[in-house]
Amino acid sequence: MTPTLIVAQILNGVQLGLMLFLLAAGLTLIFGIMDMINLAHGSLYMIGAYLTATVTSATGSFFLGVGAAIIGTALIGMALEMSVLRQLYKRDHLSQVLATFGIILIVNEIVRMIWGAQPVLLNAPEVLSGPVEIVPGFRYPAFRLFLIGVGIAVALLLFFIVNRTRVGMWVRAGASNREMAQAMGVRIKLLFTLIFGLGAALCAVAGALLGPILSVQVGMGESILILAFVVIVIGGIGSIKGALIGALLVGIVDTAGRALLPLILRDLLGRDAATNIGGALASVLIYLLMALVLFWKPEGLFPARS
Amino acid sequence: MQKKFFAFVLVVVSLALALSVSAQEPEPIKIGFISTLSGPGSALGVDALDGFNLAIQHLGGEMGGRPVEVIVRDDTQNPDVGLQAAVELLEAEKVDFMTGIIFSNIMLAVGTPVFESETFYISLNAGPSQYAGAGCNPFFFNVAWQNDNLHEAMGKYVNDQGFDNVFILAPDYPAGRDALTGFKRFYTGNLADEVYTAVNQLDFAVEIELIRAAAPDAVFTFQPGGSGINFIKQYSEAGLLAEIPLFLPGFSADQDVIRAVGAPMEGLFNSSHWALELDNEANVRFTSGFALEFERTPTIYAQQGYDAAMLIASAVEAVGGDLSDKDAVRAALEAADFESTRGDFAFNNNHYPIQDYYLRQVVRNESGDLYNQLIGVIFEDHQDAYHEQCTME
Repeated sequence: MTPTLIVAQILNGVQLGLMLFLLAAGLTLIFGIMDMINLAHGSLYMIGAYLTATVTSATGSFFLGVGAAIIGTALIGMALEMSVLRQLYKRDHLSQVLATFGIILIVNEIVRMIWGAQPVLLNAPEVLSGPVEIVPGFRYPAFRLFLIGVGIAVALLLFFIVNRTRVGMWVRAGASNREMAQAMGVRIKLLFTLIFGLGAALCAVAGALLGPILSVQVGMGESILILAFVVIVIGGIGSIKGALIGALLVGIVDTAGRALLPLILRDLLGRDAATNIGGALASVLIYLLMALVLFWKPEGLFPARS
Repeated sequence: MQKKFFAFVLVVVSLALALSVSAQEPEPIKIGFISTLSGPGSALGVDALDGFNLAIQHLGGEMGGRPVEVIVRDDTQNPDVGLQAAVELLEAEKVDFMTGIIFSNIMLAVGTPVFESETFYISLNAGPSQYAGAGCNPFFFNVAWQNDNLHEAMGKYVNDQGFDNVFILAPDYPAGRDALTGFKRFYTGNLADEVYTAVNQLDFAVEIELIRAAAPDAVFTFQPGGSGINFIKQYSEAGLLAEIPLFLPGFSADQDVIRAVGAPMEGLFNSSHWALELDNEANVRFTSGFALEFERTPTIYAQQGYDAAMLIASAVEAVGGDLSDKDAVRAALEAADFESTRGDFAFNNNHYPIQDYYLRQVVRNESGDLYNQLIGVIFEDHQDAYHEQCTME
């Protein structure tokens, strides 16, 4: 285990964590402020990726594709909130889960009708398609470095919005006590639509950036949504800070599990046994982490309402 | 009275009609085609289906004087969905043959009910070791290869080239295990490491850094479908393609991968049981027909689909379209009396092929497009390693 390998794997973990944060931030705000479980969050991520792929192949510019996807997905997200989800705020969680699960199925079918059942091609832009030498002898894929940069920038922007602006003040007020915020004159309806648009825009960023690394395909939102939920459960519902810490934890634990666990097990059990159980164990590691956090801090690490 | 008479006439007329219809149009041969037609592995299933349909078209839509009906189901690369589709095709549609499955884990889930219903399964792709050895089955035929074979060929090639510190990785499912077992059967050098990734894994950042740190002199990986596309893209983006040579089985370097990855594929060596330029009549008919019909270069999956349909047709012809005698149908299938696009083809005692395996390299043709060029033969008349354990009781 060389130092460069450790640094490279940490970067991988941070990259995964930051992408999860983009999804978890929107999810945790919606869950924390509106008390709404939105399973369709992953569908917005998928829409973002598809819009990016379509605009990128039409214009030849990945960055134009990302921009179009952010605007398009935010509009779709707000339309979804105003037309359907708004009706669900007063219902119990079970109704919300059922209704938003229905939306997943509908959106998947619509995407299948428009783009087909096969994955759509989306490549990283040419300038970022190679490795960069960070220090002599240490090279890392440029696109993943770009992902880390964008992730950090978005996180900073979000912290600025939430902690330093008036809208952010409403958001924090809504997260810690919705009724009181409403009584104090916060225009909750507008705020909810805005938050939904913001969450959708973050989904689009994640979809656009992960599209070239993963695959732009129907159902891509579901697998990652589970991870995003793990993140907000660990981080504490309603907290942006919790989402960031939780996402980085999940990213690093997942990466460390896949990178280190087989090596450790090999020393303990020998190569064959390690190969057999290493992969399985690595994949449950983040759920183990979630269970441990829930055991010690049932509210998550940084709950918004404490 | 008049009413009764009218009803009687109606019955007679409709009976006569029904008889005349069945006299004109014999019962169709029903073929259940379950394959992966959505998700990251869908390019494989779609190519197999296109190849299969092309063969049906070349056969004039008939086998043994009976029309052919292909009933297609998507398994979404999920064994449970595949199993449901199989049960539906067996019980509701009462299909005569089944084929189409790409992924071995789905094959293993579907196998039992198919064999229990005594329906012939003609595998055009999945060739799990489980069905090649002691678990071979009188109702299972594989017209492609046994899972280990293409990897064995690459193991032999990498070994012959003198590499002796190779990093190998594959997904953790039956065909992935078969792949590395096959590679190691003919590669005798040192293993830098042996890693199993998750099935359908799309992000290989962790494994690629492990490879970089291990600094092997070559890498061999089997990643089917979308996983293969992503692995090669990410391997190239990490700058490793220029440093550590990558060797692949044909599955991970075929036209579907070339189409998605593009230029980084140029120069990569891979193994196959078939090649575009093989000079035989059936192959010329297949490759030119496929290019004309679908406007793309066929993959091995398309070739396997084409041959599977031709094999079924040969058996149906041999028994004159009468599928009631299962033993006769089996004997006709075992004879493999069809013109394969790969030239010589024969079934082993375990209903898996005995055939040649080739080395291919991704190169540019005259018009600058990447394709797999035939380089040479790795194995001649190669048999799988499990056939001796098969008793076919």
